[in-house]
Amino acid sequence: MKVLRILGVLSLALFTVSVAKAQSQDPLNLNAAGATFPYPIYSKWFNEYHQAHPNIQINYQSIGSGGGIQQLKAGTVDFGASDMPLNDQLLGTFNFKVIQFPTVLGAVVPTYNIPGFTGTLKFTPEALAGIYLGKITKWNDPAIAKENPGVNLPGDNIVVVHRSDGSGTTFVWTDYLSKVSPDWKSQVGSNTSVNWPVGLGGKGNEGVSGVVKQTPNAIGYVELIYALQNHMSYGVVQNSAGKFVKASLATVTRAASGASSQMQSDVRVSITNASGADAYPICSFTYLLIPEKIADTSKRDAIKGFLNWMLSTGQGQVESLDYARLPSAVVSLNMKHISEIQP
Amino acid sequence: MSASSSPTLPSGPYPALPGRVRHFVDRLRRGDEIAHVVTVIFAAGVILITSLLVYVLWVNSSASRHTFGWKFFTTSVWDPVFEHFGALPFLYGTVVTSMVALILAVPLGVGAAIFLAELAPPRLSDALAFVIDLLAAVPSVIYGVLGIFVVVPFVRDILAPFLQSTLGFLPIFKGPSYGIGLLTASLVLTIMIVPFIISVSREVLMAVPLDQREAALALGATRWESTIRVVVPFARAGITGSIFLAMARALGETMAVTMVIGNDPKITSSLLAPGYTIAAVIANEFTEATGTLYLHALIELGLVLFLVTFILNGLARLLIVSTEQRGGASNA
Repeated sequence: MKVLRILGVLSLALFTVSVAKAQSQDPLNLNAAGATFPYPIYSKWFNEYHQAHPNIQINYQSIGSGGGIQQLKAGTVDFGASDMPLNDQLLGTFNFKVIQFPTVLGAVVPTYNIPGFTGTLKFTPEALAGIYLGKITKWNDPAIAKENPGVNLPGDNIVVVHRSDGSGTTFVWTDYLSKVSPDWKSQVGSNTSVNWPVGLGGKGNEGVSGVVKQTPNAIGYVELIYALQNHMSYGVVQNSAGKFVKASLATVTRAASGASSQMQSDVRVSITNASGADAYPICSFTYLLIPEKIADTSKRDAIKGFLNWMLSTGQGQVESLDYARLPSAVVSLNMKHISEIQP
Repeated sequence: MSASSSPTLPSGPYPALPGRVRHFVDRLRRGDEIAHVVTVIFAAGVILITSLLVYVLWVNSSASRHTFGWKFFTTSVWDPVFEHFGALPFLYGTVVTSMVALILAVPLGVGAAIFLAELAPPRLSDALAFVIDLLAAVPSVIYGVLGIFVVVPFVRDILAPFLQSTLGFLPIFKGPSYGIGLLTASLVLTIMIVPFIISVSREVLMAVPLDQREAALALGATRWESTIRVVVPFARAGITGSIFLAMARALGETMAVTMVIGNDPKITSSLLAPGYTIAAVIANEFTEATGTLYLHALIELGLVLFLVTFILNGLARLLIVSTEQRGGASNA
């Protein structure tokens, strides 16, 4: 018993010492949660920022945009992240104001599996909307064949594949289809999950590409990053200027810069089907959601400091991970919004 | 704990205490009282957790319950954009895939268990039992991958054309087949639940006392007659338990099912068509569900799954009670 008591006293003493020590060195911990799509770059940013500022540690849980919004609303995280900008109805459920910062850009590309064909297909907006509405059911439909002369398209039924999990990718895809097709807008609409008129659901980018690869005559959509990193071939899409554009980091950034003048009043502008001859039409921003009022001075300064760093040094790192960087006009707009974060 | 202390302990060093207290202290010292209290707490914990689960699901689905009421069970539109939510296609998919899987897995599993327990040489039986226990521990995502790369092409290229050419007149085998769908999900579920049935049933069959078999053989029964007339009825309760366990796993299976079922909330008579299950839609859409009604509808689906499990378990129990009353004479 005596030994036990001595041990107890010793461990208590050790505990006190370690707590005292930790308090003097404890980095400022910031907690954030939200979207999974930007997780690789966010995790790189937060890590690099911690290297440069050892006293600031940002923990990010990639639990999905929905979860990030819920946790921010409940006040369990310091800031959130979402692939879909928050609309007024959703913002109305918050009891504080939220500033939304676009951070990087993502794009979505059509991918397909036509037996015996390995080239690049051209898709018009009408063709994509028709296929996903279930109105175009065969590969040799004139709406597809007209823009692809010389390609021997089969007369087989198209197998449509979409995401089964709620995702920012689906939001971008359906937002684009809503813009180019009035039928889609009235019947289906845009969201992270929708009521699909036709098709099979695959879970995640890997699920969709898996089903497409496994199923002859299938078409699906995946994130540009996923297609690039897995060396997948994907189709080109006709933009609002009538040009067929292949998705790349440059053509995605181009789409965003076309929209920057509209963003002066509201950053939540959708950049699908953007104007500009080189703009790829199916892309969007992903957002950090920062509360407008942050009472804690050290937290406020840390978040502001990170945002400044993210818009300068941070933007230089995004292309190494295949994200498209913000156009300079959007960077300076974001800079302006940082000053709106108040105590 | 003091449970191991000798039961022949003298009545203790408290002879002055009144009888009842001394008796209690005595029991306490022998561990009876402690064991009693501890196990009661554990048992109550199970009930507490279950009721807490229902309570949380109930409270967090209020918006959906108030908006849709009973219509939630009878409508088949699932539209997050226009916020119309109905559980019917998910209910249908969950019940159909689980039942088809059970229809396939029960004869397979019980048959294999009978072989392993009664007919196989003990060494082979033990080796196979080890492998089967391993199978029961494989994570479901592995079965999902197996489903995508093996079962899906098998169904698309071999099974579906065969079924359509032979039994194509049945509505359950009509329509186009993508390889992905209710039947594929049922097959993957079958593969997943068979190890449970075999493993538990084998143990139960082996626990049947030897004198039961000897008595049957002495009365002139063949080995097969003794197995099917005496041993299996004797072990019926345990075998049923294994089927319950398998059914619970089939109803709640998420990952493997969502990888092969097609995730399309439609009700079609064909088993070759894609479908959707309750567990799969919750896993798919919960993380990105924004808006209260959408979230509450998903949580209400969780409540529905709970209800389905409850009802199916109850029905299965009823079935057993009724068959036992009819054929009860054969049971010990």
